[in-house]
Amino acid sequence: MQDLFTNSLNGYIFLSSILFTIGILGILIRKNIIIIFMSIEMMLNAVNLLLTAFSVHHNNPDGQVFVFFIMAVAAAEVTIGLTILMMIYRNTGSVSIDDLKKLKW
Amino acid sequence: MDKFLFLFLAVVAIASALAVIFTKNPMYSVLYLIVTFFSIAGHFVLLNAHFLAIVNIIVYAGAIMVLFLFVIMLLNLNKSPEQHKPFYIQLVACIAGGLLLVTLVGAIRGTAIQHGDPLIGSDIGSVEKLGQVLFTNFLLPFEISSVLFLSAMIGAVMLGKKNLKDN
Repeated sequence: MQDLFTNSLNGYIFLSSILFTIGILGILIRKNIIIIFMSIEMMLNAVNLLLTAFSVHHNNPDGQVFVFFIMAVAAAEVTIGLTILMMIYRNTGSVSIDDLKKLKW
Repeated sequence: MDKFLFLFLAVVAIASALAVIFTKNPMYSVLYLIVTFFSIAGHFVLLNAHFLAIVNIIVYAGAIMVLFLFVIMLLNLNKSPEQHKPFYIQLVACIAGGLLLVTLVGAIRGTAIQHGDPLIGSDIGSVEKLGQVLFTNFLLPFEISSVLFLSAMIGAVMLGKKNLKDN
């Protein structure tokens, strides 16, 4: 256990993997679409953290530029995703994924 | 001092992330996710990536989570009761998540070069250095991301219109 945290990059690997796993747990456990969207955002943030840690470790700014673009894409994706969610709520009246089991209701 | 700060921010991030997926009210989940984003921004500051910390707070906690709150409050989604999945499915999901965690940690740890640890002391995360790389090496993705935002905005407006012909 002593050699697990001598390198602080190991700490970032652990933290990012735990946050990513919690995001996946959120998608698997919950039925509300909003919570599933938020778990996806949490997974993206975990990946951002790990990319930044490795970018600082290798002293290469390309990782942080990639994080910048991931944030831009996540913002655009949340816009469209919430619009689709509103349309689903308008048409079916519920936001539970149990009511969306078939591709056409 | 740095180790204590890292540990404190890590505990706050993990605790609020667990609270996001286990809270019943979706509005509280959004607030816990904002706390998670703030602690991850604190981690960015620890890594000397100041630009990314500020952009994280402005874009994620400031814009995306506010959008989530708007949608939840406009559609009154915190009043609808949510049935929960049966307990054995939750247990199997936790076991699968634990296995994924072990696999991820085992796979990524082999890629870290174990020489000296220059995690602190470099300024590649400052605004000038990052801007230089962004506007010289990554100019094309930068311009294309503006087209991406334009298409997302047009798509959101087009999808959100009610069909007036149906009345």
